[in-house]
Amino acid sequence: MGSKLGKADFSQFPDATGHFGIYGGRFVSETLIFALDELEAAYQRLRNDPDFQAEFDHDLAHYVGRPSPLYHAKRWSNEVGGAQIYLKREDLNHTGAHKVNNTVGQALLAKYMGKKHVIAETGAGQHGVASATVAARLGMTCQVFMGEDDIHRQALNVYRMKLLGAEVVSVKSGSKTLKDAMNEAMRHWVTHVDDTFYIIGTAAGPHPYPMLVRDFQSVIGREAREQCLVQNGRLPDALVACVGGGSNAIGLFHPFLNDESVAMYGVEAGGHGLATGQHAAPLNDGIPGILHGNRTYLMQDDDGQIVETHSVSAGLDYPGVGPEHSWLKDMGRVNYVTINDDEALTAFRKLTLVEGIMPALESAHAVAYAEKLAKTMSPEQSIVVNLSGRGDKDIHTVATIDGIGIE
Amino acid sequence: MSRLAAVFAKLEKDGRKALVPYIVAGDPMPALTVPLMHELVNKGADIIEIGVPFSDPMAEGPVIQLAHERALAHKVTLTMVLELVAEFRNTDAATPVVLMGYANPIERMGYQNFADRASSAGVDGLLTVDMPPEEAEQATQILRAAGIDNIFLLAPTTSDERIQKVASLASGYLYCVSLNGVTGAGHLNIAAVTEKLASIKRHTNLPITVGFGIKDGVSAAALAPLCEGVVVGSALIERIVATDPALKNTERAANAAMLIAEIRAAIDA
Repeated sequence: MGSKLGKADFSQFPDATGHFGIYGGRFVSETLIFALDELEAAYQRLRNDPDFQAEFDHDLAHYVGRPSPLYHAKRWSNEVGGAQIYLKREDLNHTGAHKVNNTVGQALLAKYMGKKHVIAETGAGQHGVASATVAARLGMTCQVFMGEDDIHRQALNVYRMKLLGAEVVSVKSGSKTLKDAMNEAMRHWVTHVDDTFYIIGTAAGPHPYPMLVRDFQSVIGREAREQCLVQNGRLPDALVACVGGGSNAIGLFHPFLNDESVAMYGVEAGGHGLATGQHAAPLNDGIPGILHGNRTYLMQDDDGQIVETHSVSAGLDYPGVGPEHSWLKDMGRVNYVTINDDEALTAFRKLTLVEGIMPALESAHAVAYAEKLAKTMSPEQSIVVNLSGRGDKDIHTVATIDGIGIE
Repeated sequence: MSRLAAVFAKLEKDGRKALVPYIVAGDPMPALTVPLMHELVNKGADIIEIGVPFSDPMAEGPVIQLAHERALAHKVTLTMVLELVAEFRNTDAATPVVLMGYANPIERMGYQNFADRASSAGVDGLLTVDMPPEEAEQATQILRAAGIDNIFLLAPTTSDERIQKVASLASGYLYCVSLNGVTGAGHLNIAAVTEKLASIKRHTNLPITVGFGIKDGVSAAALAPLCEGVVVGSALIERIVATDPALKNTERAANAAMLIAEIRAAIDA
């Protein structure tokens, strides 16, 4: 890997115009440029502001419950019979996933910018819940845009958001899923751009979002790096994280990017298999293009239309990916691989039985790949897997696959 | 002189304003597009904006979103859009045609390839909604070399400093978005647009067209004196959809284009 490594200092990206190589940028209609300029200026001012950072750190410690543990999954590691596997327990965060790291950060930005209204898009509902949660805490109104199909699939999270005081807006356009929810959130934002803060849930979208989401999520990698050094006295040999839009993965990877000895694996949703076309793996089987404000790898047809994706995991079911991942792929710094639905479901059951930890189906993709990878490594080596969320939200999906009806 | 420059020069000489209808290529069916373009010209259109269907039309309100979806249901591709323009050009050599759409289909075709094919099809301008000038320098050069004007948006939120920057890269005309919102929105504020147009005019001599929220003769006539042209999209598409599918395409086109005749009369009055 070291030989393929680009010459870049990975901590210095995006560049001043919001690009990661040819990726990223700001592909939005003119009306939103002012809002993105305003957000970028506010963030550049606040990212080094001690008061802002202290409040963010305080919230991460006392509201989110950080640091999250780095757990040595000994029984699973022994059973696999290769590298030692460590789980970065983002599932133990308040609201049950890594998403809240980012929503706490962005809501704090909104507060410092004097915005009273926040909006968010959501697929499975985790980012919507995390947004509704921080809005409730800060007394802001919150509207969450969600595809009509996803609203039916994720009734529990829809109700959670409503209990938290958010309005869930049903999106009936296009494929009625996450990408359409993001389109509709953008449309709402353009209409209410003066007083509304758009909390984007993943490390994608127009600059500065990929940068600020990454920065807020990088607490994962900073903690994991420190914990590895304290617990093992050395850096891990490999990192594994699932990649939909890629916020948990970039959060884990980023603080390690300049550590050449650490290999990285981003795991995309292979769905029914790459050969079937029914997957959500743009980095493995997509083509660079422009969607949702950034240039990045996309699932698209020969005419540049975005195609529908498939994954058993709603949080990975997205046709694009954060632009920094596209760049890291081209630079050869991160390996992007796939895990199919079946393999993820097997891993979901396995980790639950062997370690008593039920991963989100998204995270189960990383778990499944880590097991394959560990087998090729020695017991002296170690892998950190980002356990990005807990699996409670997926019990209904798994039960349905098992033919068990639970209401 | 380009077709766009010729049209604006003639309108200025005649003391008239450009009427710019917007339709989505292939909506509600591909066979209606070229007859509709001709009827729009017959009823008083000076420039035609043709929407290129895209799966994720982020700047559009519900009416134009559905138009994109209907066109895509007929599998209308960018290649087909160019073929429709070429067909229109067979019998109309004068009316400028501007394509309006999103970056990805063009990016997929490749800018050079697109510029070559669009130029030979008779396309005069391109407005890429999600391609602000910061990202558009290379594309603008390629388009300009092929004789295609790259047309940019100005918004109520565009600062004076940005107006200068956008204007320096633009040619053909500038498209001023009348309000913060999506196409077809209902909260047009004439006073705010008047103020914005005054500040735009301080920074550029390019013709300015105004669009978003113009639905009838009254709103068009209120805006026309402030600028060089008005764009009508959602209201026209609603009119097209409301025509009787049992009619012949030429009759459907003529019926829908009556809206353009009404607006023409209102802005010329």
